[in-house]
Amino acid sequence: MSPLAGAEILDRERALRLLREMLRIRRFEEKCAELYQATKIRGFLHLYIGEEAVAAGAMPALRPEDAVFATYREHGHALARGVGMGPVMAEMYGKLQGCSRGRGGSMHLFDARARFYGGSAIVGGALPMATGLALAQKMQARAEVTACFFGEGAVAEGEFHESMNLAALWRLPVLFFCENNLYAMGTALERSESQTDLAAKARSYDVPAESVDGMDVLAVEAAAQAAADAARGGGGPQFLEFKTYRLRAHSMFDPELYRPKAEVEGWKQREPVATFLARLQRQSWWSTALLGDLEREIGAEIEAAVQFAEQGTWEPASELANFVYSPGQR
Amino acid sequence: MTHTTPAAAKTSYREAVRLALCEAMRADPRVFLMGEDVGRYGGCYAVSKGMLDEFGPERVRDTPLSESAFVGAGIGAALGGMRPVVEIMTVNFSLLALDQIVNNAATLLHMSGGQCNVPLVIRMATGAGRQLAAQHSHSLECWYAHVPGLRVMAPATVADARGMLGTALRQPDPVVIFEHVMLYAVEEDLPASAGAVDIDHAAVRRKGRDVSLITYGGSLPKVMAAAATLAAEGIEAEVLDLRTLRPLDDEAIVATVRRTRRAVVVDEGWRSVGLAAEVSARIVEQAFFDLDAPIRRVCSAEVPIPYARHLEQAALPQAETIAAAARELVAPHG
Repeated sequence: MSPLAGAEILDRERALRLLREMLRIRRFEEKCAELYQATKIRGFLHLYIGEEAVAAGAMPALRPEDAVFATYREHGHALARGVGMGPVMAEMYGKLQGCSRGRGGSMHLFDARARFYGGSAIVGGALPMATGLALAQKMQARAEVTACFFGEGAVAEGEFHESMNLAALWRLPVLFFCENNLYAMGTALERSESQTDLAAKARSYDVPAESVDGMDVLAVEAAAQAAADAARGGGGPQFLEFKTYRLRAHSMFDPELYRPKAEVEGWKQREPVATFLARLQRQSWWSTALLGDLEREIGAEIEAAVQFAEQGTWEPASELANFVYSPGQR
Repeated sequence: MTHTTPAAAKTSYREAVRLALCEAMRADPRVFLMGEDVGRYGGCYAVSKGMLDEFGPERVRDTPLSESAFVGAGIGAALGGMRPVVEIMTVNFSLLALDQIVNNAATLLHMSGGQCNVPLVIRMATGAGRQLAAQHSHSLECWYAHVPGLRVMAPATVADARGMLGTALRQPDPVVIFEHVMLYAVEEDLPASAGAVDIDHAAVRRKGRDVSLITYGGSLPKVMAAAATLAAEGIEAEVLDLRTLRPLDDEAIVATVRRTRRAVVVDEGWRSVGLAAEVSARIVEQAFFDLDAPIRRVCSAEVPIPYARHLEQAALPQAETIAAAARELVAPHG
């Protein structure tokens, strides 16, 4: 938070939009955790709680025609990108009405209309594809960019090196959005990287890079917008490190033996929804009723999404082999 | 094979691939070629020689030595509306891109519930015979043929080298094409009218009644030579060229076995858990009672392919070993 935070004046509409998006993701995922305990959702479930400012802050920098790639912790990215909450929830249920017809689940949310090219379970695996999609955008002279969200764990992968080099070499409009939540599952950054300054590492590829407070949605928003403008303007790939923290376990199977409780508690003090709310409360236009309205609205949206998923149908097993190849192919 | 009519020209396999690439790039601005040394160098096997001059560096795109990135970039470019042809120098290097091919190209359509198809063509050189030792001599076609979501082709003739690429580029889904290194210099008459070919069916390259020799890719010339030897001995072998390794043309496999009642499967890959095993299993499942003799497999010896010429040749299927296997099947009845 800036030292002048008390004096800052925030645009009401914009601030409420950001708050709303973060809250949507937060409440949606709290519901997901509940539904997981109730065994409505199975498989791996990776919660984004604590990191909402990144997806909520970065996504407004993108236009509808831009492309997005994300990780297996991508509920927040999908929702912020405009993938319907109902289809996302139905996907977690494994229903036909899910955004991937129940074939992807939590880790593989897709929506071609939203140009949302999925969560990927292979760490770093989406970076080459994002680079290639940006190549298509450039070769077709389209004023578009491709955003690729990935965790700091991906920085250790060869595909990070290869993609950064290729995107920089060919000056492709890729936004490399690195969500540094400090742990690759249970492995702390300093235990996996010789260079823990990730922006410095990115700069070694001649890619403009900044490190941003990923708990501050306004800082994320400003940095993402500047990066998108630069890439769209022909400035080539841009790298942003968003320093953030995962407040929940890695997945639903993680006993969290690798990080001290005090560290988690410390980061909770900085969690993005509460800190942003604190700033909003200093605005002249703020009233607690605004938050109540938002919570009610979001609660209704989540309830409708759960209803949508509950009422969804199972795709007949006879259709199992569909979409291995395109229709008419074998 | 030296006869040339005005309607046909002697063409090498390498030239045939180039003709197909050039035709596709002239016809469709979305098509482009990328890979290591495809541009200025002209391609490791000289397939793309001269193409840089016609199409420029944007469409004949040299890449860094980053197999995973440029194959993955091919997938992304395909998602973004292009029709990329990615050349991987040789099959051994494709292992560095296996993640992209198996985890992304092959899964995206299904995992997205039918939303994200990947119209990508990946070409790579395969096979042994040039004394390139263990790492550069693999035949790993079966690894790719194992994976649902991929279509796998192995053109064995100049006409197929010319025709399969165009058809592959019209597929909405990823296609992997294997070009055997020993075929690049093979020359055959290619009609001027040659173009896209069917990729759904295996082809009978030689008719016969006594035994079926089933093969693909770089082994076809050896199998044809074996069939000629056998014919001189009075054994008429039928030669089936599988052409497409995924999906396999079960109908053609069963049909040839029904005609000859004996089968030798010839595969430069290793015998264990390979394509020859798969073809044999399909014959057993679908035509067991048509067989008059056990199926025989002629594959590479289960060793890393050695450098020394005599050892390398000893490791590979040869016309003589193929003919010998066929003779053994026919002899008890003949």
